[in-house]
Amino acid sequence: MKAGRFFLIFLAGALFGTGLAVSGMTDPGRVIGFLDIFGSWDPALLFVMAGAVGVYGLGMLILRRFQNQNLKLPSTASSPIDRQLIIGAVIFGVGWGLGGFCPGPALANLGTLRIEALLFVPAMAIGMLLAQRFFGADQER
Amino acid sequence: MADYTLWHALTGGILIGLGSLLATALSGKIPGISGVFGRLLIPATPDKKWRFLFLLGLIGGAALSFLLWDSAALFRPMRPLVVMGLAGLLVGLGTRIGGGCTSGHGVCGVGTGAKDSIAATLIFVGVAMVTVLIYNRAVL
Repeated sequence: MKAGRFFLIFLAGALFGTGLAVSGMTDPGRVIGFLDIFGSWDPALLFVMAGAVGVYGLGMLILRRFQNQNLKLPSTASSPIDRQLIIGAVIFGVGWGLGGFCPGPALANLGTLRIEALLFVPAMAIGMLLAQRFFGADQER
Repeated sequence: MADYTLWHALTGGILIGLGSLLATALSGKIPGISGVFGRLLIPATPDKKWRFLFLLGLIGGAALSFLLWDSAALFRPMRPLVVMGLAGLLVGLGTRIGGGCTSGHGVCGVGTGAKDSIAATLIFVGVAMVTVLIYNRAVL
């Protein structure tokens, strides 16, 4: 990657982080408000997902047409829906419901040194290392 | 909080989609946050530089937004810190065993219609809803 590309990847991250903050997804109260369907339900997360999924899906359809040796896109083929996927999604769901943080929002709160993020992110790193060490996660390159 | 509307949600979502799209084109990988971060923890990962810069941009973009807009800076602590620690551990474990989080499976996978990602997203959203229900009954 050249220097210009490295600036653009930083910009991509900044767009993502700005989106998380603007959409309110960095506030665990708003996320748990969405998950709490029997409480005073907050539909915001659904609108965030609609915007993100729509733009990404449409963008990938367009990008596919311009694929060449300078633009290599990842495979978007589905992996098998196996035990790993289901068990992982269940464990993640429990953690997400408990904390109201998924990985992006937790990292996004590091910049302002939120104590919740300063605790959550190292714990998340330990969980990932355990998954990689004992459950065969992230073995393929 | 006062000026937050669902337009903020939709606009933020569009920015998340654009950031993900740009990162996909530049890296040639699906830029799910748990995978980008998780693979930084593996010494043998060959492409650490873009992962690090992407996450640095994410943290910087969010921090700047918190400074610029009150509605973005809103943060309501919901759980005791010990619960946050346990939640972090489970999120780390689950996202890497299951191969993705809300961005990798939820945004990118669902966006391209990958069946495994659609299944994972339905499962983790459903389980998180049940978890909130049980937590509220048991603790509050």
